[in-house]
Amino acid sequence: MKANSEVLQTSKGNLLQSVTQKLGPFLGLLILVVFVSVMNPSFLEPLNILNLLRQVSINALIAFGMTFVILTGGIDLSVGAILALSSALTAGMIVSGFDPMLAILIGCLLGAIFGAVNGLLITKGKMAPFIATLATMTLFRGLTLVYTEGNPITGLGDNILFQLFGRGYFLGIPVPAVTMIVTFIVLYVLLHKTPFGRQTYAIGGNEKAALISGIKVPRVKVLIYSLSGFLAALSGAILTSRLNSAQPTAGASYELDAIAAVVLGGTSLSGGKGRIFGTMIGVLIIGVLNNGLNLLGVSSFYQQVVKGIVIIIAVLLDRKKSA
Amino acid sequence: MHITMQGIYKAFGTNQVLTGVDFELKEGEVHALMGENGAGKSTMMNVLTGLHSLDQGKIFVDGKEMYFKNPKEAEQAGITFIHQELNIWPEMSVLDNMFIGKEPKKAFGLVDSAKMKSLAQEQFARLDVSLPLDKEAGSCSVGEQQMIEIAKALLTKAKVIIMDEPTAALTEREIQKLFEVIASLKKEGVSIVYISHRMEEIFAICDRITVMRDGKTVDTKAIPETNFEEVVRKMVGRELTDRFPKRDSKPGETVFEVKNLTGKAFRDVSFSVRSGEIVGVSGLMGAGRTEIMRGIFGLDPIASGEVLLNGKKVTIKNANQAVHLGIGFITEDRKDEGLVLDFSIKDNIALPSLYSFAPKGLIQEKAEKDFVDMLIKRLTVKTESAETRVGDLSGGNQQKVVIAKWIGIGPKELILDEPTRGVDVGAKREIYQLMNELTNRGVAIIMVSSELPEVLGMSDRILVVHEGKIAGELPQETATQENIMTLATGGQ
Repeated sequence: MKANSEVLQTSKGNLLQSVTQKLGPFLGLLILVVFVSVMNPSFLEPLNILNLLRQVSINALIAFGMTFVILTGGIDLSVGAILALSSALTAGMIVSGFDPMLAILIGCLLGAIFGAVNGLLITKGKMAPFIATLATMTLFRGLTLVYTEGNPITGLGDNILFQLFGRGYFLGIPVPAVTMIVTFIVLYVLLHKTPFGRQTYAIGGNEKAALISGIKVPRVKVLIYSLSGFLAALSGAILTSRLNSAQPTAGASYELDAIAAVVLGGTSLSGGKGRIFGTMIGVLIIGVLNNGLNLLGVSSFYQQVVKGIVIIIAVLLDRKKSA
Repeated sequence: MHITMQGIYKAFGTNQVLTGVDFELKEGEVHALMGENGAGKSTMMNVLTGLHSLDQGKIFVDGKEMYFKNPKEAEQAGITFIHQELNIWPEMSVLDNMFIGKEPKKAFGLVDSAKMKSLAQEQFARLDVSLPLDKEAGSCSVGEQQMIEIAKALLTKAKVIIMDEPTAALTEREIQKLFEVIASLKKEGVSIVYISHRMEEIFAICDRITVMRDGKTVDTKAIPETNFEEVVRKMVGRELTDRFPKRDSKPGETVFEVKNLTGKAFRDVSFSVRSGEIVGVSGLMGAGRTEIMRGIFGLDPIASGEVLLNGKKVTIKNANQAVHLGIGFITEDRKDEGLVLDFSIKDNIALPSLYSFAPKGLIQEKAEKDFVDMLIKRLTVKTESAETRVGDLSGGNQQKVVIAKWIGIGPKELILDEPTRGVDVGAKREIYQLMNELTNRGVAIIMVSSELPEVLGMSDRILVVHEGKIAGELPQETATQENIMTLATGGQ
């Protein structure tokens, strides 16, 4: 009897916890949306919503990769620098006559390779993820500056597919938003329906147990950092298309927005717990804040203050919930 | 100090853990507290020391009604609790660990290191511990860490010391030393509450025993007036016919063999296991038993030697290769190495066999669930659902989940390292039965164990490891505690 009631109680507790865990960030987003639209009804106009989706797509792609990384208990500080380096290389290829879409593909694969470098430093080199990616962040940013000599790369031609990639619409939805949604679905399935996803959680939950269970921990980690690099490069391609140029300083501090989105989405920085759906919500919270505060005419200085406070409140609420 | 607890009730939420506990501790006695996991032993002691508040009931200390608000208050009054999960700050030195939060001070509030050192050395001398005081505590063995905790408790000049499974990680020599210290503390009038699953120890050193079951104290008796069988019966509330189920072994062909295996902590190890056979591996803590198993399983590098499976030479460079060859490894530390505590039972059991449920890349959830449910049933894991978080299960059930996980790969060879550590008597027997079932199906089992009765009761053959080498092999018929210990301590 006692054992039964014990089990019952914990499963009830778990249910409540998992409901709040899943809905907590969502409720936060809802409150934010209601608040902003009451203050300024034009927020809810379709044009603004589509605009918002396009705005968040770059952070979303990076944050999706970051979710996998953080779920393993790691961190990737180099995503902004990978974005810049792969963008510069992609733009360079386009300028020297490559087919732009082929250049984007190669750029994304290069991003994956840069990510793999992180993964190898962390697994083979046994470096802490923070240190390894801090170093490669500086390294990749430096390489970008060397390659571009500090100047933007322009003159990317007028290939229509390339222009659509960052600026176009598909069935009325901005192409970057479509890319984001498709990527989300693919990654959602990868994380929640495949052995790879389960192994990602297992590594973050208990790396030793994962290893002893026969999981190729180093391989999974290298693949995850490659994924993170790939997605950073993909978002870089969107940015390059939108600006019609590659900026050597592009993506600076994007890693912080991505980490903020992951944390807002309820994923634990110590790994093993979290959901990619939460990250999507986290990305939207940051997006609505940016977009809404602009609509409300809040100065960009105060916007940062508000964003910081929102992150603190979100994490504090999360603590309280799990305590 | 004399303590009486009367009619103690305590619930966590709707979960009633203590339902009318009575307990009396006399001055200068060693009082054993026994019961299956979850019977409420630790909770009762936590209520006494103020970690948990009580819902109902009375506590008297030396005849005066008294309730401690927190463990610190209890400690100041002279009651110290040495928990099973050790409170060690791994990055700090042994010395700093011993005095954390109560460092002696000199002028200007500076720490008086000289005084700390002399006080610490005094206690270490008493315990016959030769640990450098400036060693990082995290680099000490678990046994050494346990001794640090005990020394720390002695420093507080406690009048009551509660020890929760103090010998779980100690070597034979350390255990003897601890018993001597307990005897001398007793002479000084210190009372000891001794929580343990080890019957032999309890009957060797305790004066009285209280048995708990389902949140109640079942009985308290003087040790000379009771016996082993009675205690077990009271603990489980039913007759236990035998501690070890009957083994009917018919070993077949040799499945697994190692030849001249040499690694960092062992050398020239050769032995073989036949299908359906249980080979027990005995030896003192630190003799290299676990290291040999880690080497075989590809977790630690092997310098030389070979491993043969079904007569064929195999290379195992990592756990993944071992698992693919059909070798399972139930490690000695299930929380740290065996389980993902935040995972559900289902996710833990499925972990090493994930790809078999995902022939086309996606996990077939129905197949996975059926498979897991079958194993949960077969191993009688007590749970409402396969989705229960493993960290919320009792020790015995957790161990069953670890075993289920390895049965799931369809193993040819299972390595069990301390398979019943921290597991209560009832679950222990179930695990033994399971081992018998597995060997009946032809699985070859290597069982590393520090419990001699277990090695003697379950093995078909016994290997004794001494200082990284196989000191000898004993057939089940002629093995005794004495000849195992002789080999384990380097005798012939």
